[in-house]
Amino acid sequence: MSARKQVATGDRAILPEGAKTIPIFVMGKRYEVPETLTIMKAMEYAGFKFLRGAGCRGGICGACPTVYRGEGDYKLYFGLACQTVVEPNMFLAQIPFYPANRAQYDIETIEPLADAVHALYPEIFRCVACNNCSKACPMKVEVLDYISAIKQGDLARAAKLSFDCIQCGMCAGRCMGELPQYHIAQLVRRLYGKYMQPGAAHLKKRVAEIESGKYDALLAGLQKMSHAELEKIYKEREREPDMVGLGTWMPKDVSHL
Amino acid sequence: MSYTPQMQELIKKVEATRPERVARAKRGENFPALNLEERAVVLAKFHPDYQEEGRRPLRVGPDKGLVVPEEVRRVMESRSMLHPEKVDLSKLDYDTDVLILGAGGGGTSAALMATDAGLKVIVATKLRHGDANTMMAEGGIQAATRECDSPYYHYLDTIGGGHFTNQPDLVAALAHDAPISIAWLESLGMIFNKLPDGRLDCRHFGGSCRKRMQSSGDMTGAEIMRVLRDEARNRRDRISILEFCPAVEIILDETGKCAGAILYNMETREFFIARAKAVIIATGGNGRLHIKGFATTNHYGATMDGVVMSYRAGVGTTCLPSTQYHPTGVAFPEQNVGLLITEKVRGLGAHVLNVDGDQFCFPLEPRDVESAELIKEAIEKNKAVVTPTGRYGLWFDSPMIDLLHGEGTVKKELPAKFIQFERHGIDISKQPMLVYPTLHYQNGGIAINADCETVVPGLYSAGECTGGLHGENRLMGNSLQDVITFGRRAGISASKYVSGGVELGKLTLEHVARFEKELVDAGITDSIVAPILLPDYSTDQVSARRLVEGRQESE
Repeated sequence: MSARKQVATGDRAILPEGAKTIPIFVMGKRYEVPETLTIMKAMEYAGFKFLRGAGCRGGICGACPTVYRGEGDYKLYFGLACQTVVEPNMFLAQIPFYPANRAQYDIETIEPLADAVHALYPEIFRCVACNNCSKACPMKVEVLDYISAIKQGDLARAAKLSFDCIQCGMCAGRCMGELPQYHIAQLVRRLYGKYMQPGAAHLKKRVAEIESGKYDALLAGLQKMSHAELEKIYKEREREPDMVGLGTWMPKDVSHL
Repeated sequence: MSYTPQMQELIKKVEATRPERVARAKRGENFPALNLEERAVVLAKFHPDYQEEGRRPLRVGPDKGLVVPEEVRRVMESRSMLHPEKVDLSKLDYDTDVLILGAGGGGTSAALMATDAGLKVIVATKLRHGDANTMMAEGGIQAATRECDSPYYHYLDTIGGGHFTNQPDLVAALAHDAPISIAWLESLGMIFNKLPDGRLDCRHFGGSCRKRMQSSGDMTGAEIMRVLRDEARNRRDRISILEFCPAVEIILDETGKCAGAILYNMETREFFIARAKAVIIATGGNGRLHIKGFATTNHYGATMDGVVMSYRAGVGTTCLPSTQYHPTGVAFPEQNVGLLITEKVRGLGAHVLNVDGDQFCFPLEPRDVESAELIKEAIEKNKAVVTPTGRYGLWFDSPMIDLLHGEGTVKKELPAKFIQFERHGIDISKQPMLVYPTLHYQNGGIAINADCETVVPGLYSAGECTGGLHGENRLMGNSLQDVITFGRRAGISASKYVSGGVELGKLTLEHVARFEKELVDAGITDSIVAPILLPDYSTDQVSARRLVEGRQESE
């Protein structure tokens, strides 16, 4: 294999000139890594090649939850390896999977009621409101608040409160009552989206128009057009103004709607 | 790492021009957009796709002679992980109706449609279910659902944005199915941003003539993926998900039909023979090949596996040389470099500014044009900010959003991005961001028709691994729509094919042996083994100490 040039390209971490290294402890074992890197890039710098424990590398997929602690500090901290910057003498371990219970259901037949959620996840009443779940959340979701909302039957509030959940499972891992919070929240959000948020009337109408074949001839015509013809109508198309409300503006030419 | 004192000084220049720019924006005045001729000039001079350096012709396979980026050629002219003649294909480990390779938005949509048709499905995926670029798409999904819009304009915007290089039947299929796909997602319980009466909130984006971007906060793709995955889990009696088990080779039968794939359990390093009446490739993009050394917004597994495998099976490509550079990748702080800042930020009215705090381009040009304009401002005009780690950045004035749409809009519309920057001490509702183009999307790929068929009977493909829909430049929101619309189409087409009765003959990897012979005949002796599956980010120092691997490679 040919030698690689020492430049910071792509996603490979390097030790920039003049930068310091700091010690971190990966599962108890010491490595020297450049400061300012994320835990993920620092571990790769140290020679780890992830199989589990790396995903989107952008803080949204939940593949790389990590628990860590500072030297001499009893307190546990939680973060995503791809988003958390290394600190000197941190002790860390990844928890890339958590074996939480998930209930099966049929979205078409389930009733969008709190009772249905409680029946699928009776363990929700084992919650002792210790708030360890919220403290463990790398997305700062108020996990306890949404669990409380579900217990109280306010599914809409729970859907909104849990919206930023990336389903990494850290809440479940820290739960005294052994709740699978993130699976319960997923169920509640789907109930909210399907049954509680009002449907889009204009969407329903458009789907009916499409299925009736209303646009078939227009689309067939476009496919046969020459580059020059297409370019002409592309240049001439009207642009909807930025600052007008939805549903208020209509183009001058309505013949292609 | 929050902004340094020097950078904070520069931010004052942005703040100085802001009131006047906001006032102009409120009057509906914009920096003038380029016409088609001006676009062509800036693209030719500054877009990496248009430069000859780093591009070479393919020497083997159905697209022999096609000039592609070196990094793409390296995996296309690769050898198999297996010795094809030594694999015993008579012992089946799995046998199913439909085998889907990849478990992102496209693969999962296909799986749901195939089970709707009553078929048994196996989904084999490299990482976890949902580990895919779909999950990362932030800004939204296009569909002409509104009264002032129609599939006609969706078609026009898409093909104009793609510089009229798109494959027309695919564009028509997209524009036609898009509202149906949105209605399907709504019926599965996806949460969209809606007005109180249920109307879908829609916004402009680069290259749009109508507000057509539906969204779900700034995690539209994540919301789609969560819902699809949850639904697939509810159907576990019909959909088996094999995680950490990617395909490494397509299997054909003796008559040339697709007949399955070889799967590789990355945790135990075992290979499995999976026979299937139909195979759908939905393996996603290639950002992790790091073309020209660019940073990428892509998922860890985006290594172009599907194109590599199907190329060996005789399937050519469409628009393969074209890559999308997203104009607004993070340039600071260093921990976030390369990550995407959704185009929705431009849609919400934020200006892109140079080091003097001045606008230099229309903020809603199509992505390739916008990228080229940013590169031009940095390289030719020398008007970029240089970060402490020596990277170029241009200001992206997110605080304008609250001034235009009301206090709290940034937090409400861009919650994930807000948190991502807040972690590093930057409040993007008060401070601008620094951005520079980043490798974002594989525009080209496996050649398909509007039914997702390839030239090999029984082999289908959908999503980012395919080519033609976006031509040489993709518009925002068409990628999520691509995976849903064509994922669904692939599932439906494959189901019809299987339900029509498929008799498989003897399984074979003869095509792989033939491809490797072609490599030898072309004098290619230094080919790597691919699919590469995961990128290698080991440092030179670490690689040099891996003595055993060094010895194995030399033998």
